Amino acid sequence: MAVDSKTIFDRPVALRDVVTHYCPGCTHGVIHRLVSEALDELGLRERTCGVAPVGCSVLCYNYFDTDFMEAPHGRAPALATGFKRMRPEMIVFTYQGDGDLASIGMGEIVHAANRGEKFTTIFVNNAIYGMTGGQMAPTTLSGQITTTCPAGRDTSHTGQPIRVAELLSALVTPGYIERVAVHTPAHILNAKKAIRKAFTLQRDNKCYTLVEVLSTCPTNWGNTPGEAVEWLDENMIKYFPLGCYKDYVEPEGS
Amino acid sequence: MAKVLMKGNEAIAEAALRAGAEGYFCYPITPQTEVAEYLSKRMSEVGGMFLQGESELAVANMLFGAASTGKRVFTTSSSPGISLMQEAISYMAGAELPAVIINIMRGGPGLGGILPAQADYFQAVKGGGHGDYRTLVLAPSTVQEAVDLTMLCFHLAQKYRNPVMMIGDGMIGQMMEAVEFPESYEEPPLPSPDEWAATGARNRKARIIKSLFLDPVGLENNVLILEKKYQQMIREEVRCESYKISAKNKILIVAYGTMARICQTAIDELEADGVSVGLFRPISLYPFPEKEILREATRKNIKSVLTIEMSMAQMMEDVERAIQGRRPVHFYGRSGGIVPTPEEVKEQVHKLLSAKRHSSKKKS
Repeated sequence: MAVDSKTIFDRPVALRDVVTHYCPGCTHGVIHRLVSEALDELGLRERTCGVAPVGCSVLCYNYFDTDFMEAPHGRAPALATGFKRMRPEMIVFTYQGDGDLASIGMGEIVHAANRGEKFTTIFVNNAIYGMTGGQMAPTTLSGQITTTCPAGRDTSHTGQPIRVAELLSALVTPGYIERVAVHTPAHILNAKKAIRKAFTLQRDNKCYTLVEVLSTCPTNWGNTPGEAVEWLDENMIKYFPLGCYKDYVEPEGS
Repeated sequence: MAKVLMKGNEAIAEAALRAGAEGYFCYPITPQTEVAEYLSKRMSEVGGMFLQGESELAVANMLFGAASTGKRVFTTSSSPGISLMQEAISYMAGAELPAVIINIMRGGPGLGGILPAQADYFQAVKGGGHGDYRTLVLAPSTVQEAVDLTMLCFHLAQKYRNPVMMIGDGMIGQMMEAVEFPESYEEPPLPSPDEWAATGARNRKARIIKSLFLDPVGLENNVLILEKKYQQMIREEVRCESYKISAKNKILIVAYGTMARICQTAIDELEADGVSVGLFRPISLYPFPEKEILREATRKNIKSVLTIEMSMAQMMEDVERAIQGRRPVHFYGRSGGIVPTPEEVKEQVHKLLSAKRHSSKKKS
């Protein structure tokens, strides 16, 4: 008897079939998948160029089956700007962590967003420098322990963590900025919607788009993958509220 | 085409367009800002891309992204701005990207001043950024030559897929001279950027443009690939010029850029006084014309070599290296934006000639 079979879950074409280097419980893999799904669904893979950051995701070009550039630390938005300006028909995205984007690359991201460069930024915020082994990031929460603030972040002399989505939303130009998380299935579905929306807006040549994704780092947070999910839920979302900070509005008369 | 009177910076801008530049990224800095001002109007007329970035750091990285598309792109800046660009220049060399960077040099170190200098010789010729790499460096001595070399830079950048730098002192950017642009731009055939540029993974494997090689064997391989190109540059891209070099010369002057021109005036005047001096002018600073200098400096009657710079004995180190101790190498230079006069040059020559012995090397 013939059995009708239907594939209901598969690897996106834009995601390579390779072994991951990310730590157990790290959510980079989930975010990579969501970006790949969005590129597949919108049919953009063959005209996409990603920009990898410096940090844990420096090797993200090994996972995406699209053209890629590897940027100096923090400069991904500048590379993306130069690339997209020369080839507006291409889809360009930067994939950046919080040290890369909110510390060393703060200048580049603010100005790229403010010029309304028509690329997409996937901003992965896990409140710590991952690759170098868990140092304080501009997004590290008050009291959070890292290797460079072993007694917990003292905001009296390091300042309060930077809320990137809110900061960039203060600019007039950027079109779409949303903060999502990927620590539960429901949050993952929401994150997917946001990422897909960002690439759709870019495809339609509308505006600068940024999706901030709250992410886990059990290795450097010093907890288990399960505990990391709980820690994100209990601590990060409180300080980094989820939601759409800036939604695209069609200019009048268009 | 008829000659036109143009300021150096504007002539450089126009030359870049004639060489097929499609994208230009800039940040204002004296004494090169006229390039940006000129192109802010002219780029749109030729359908090119003009963008003023937020810093030289960003601009150089925009250039990196733009070069990855395979199109001809460039930037111009001046000394402190070029320092900020070194990060991206190192990355572009590592990732084998063609880009043209033009430095209209001012005095340094630090914020320095805004007057002409040649004090970025080491930075341009010896690397500037980190790692095992070289940039091909050309230095014009007239506005016409700035035009010709600007155009050549775009060809060489594509030929070697490597950053190419033209360094001109502030005088080259600021003075006006009659220049002629070629009727049409012709260059030898080049490999198509379609072979390596990021154009989208359609009907081909995805391409990664990067300078990261975590495996030391992989990184050494990449460095050796670059080194092979630098060896080819040494074979094929040495450029230099001689002025009044003859068997009668007792002294050989080595100078480049505007300084070489001033030396020509001094040499003409010395000749009128019956003193025979020759000038050797490197046009490519990397690769440095080592063999050519050695040949001219070791002519029978040459007693000593005089390196003259608008900087403090930077190129002199390469001159000494080329001459291998076979002639004494003397130095004269001014810095900080002060340009030596022909009188100063002549005085140095007379000083050398009146010295009883030329066997000891000294920096005067």
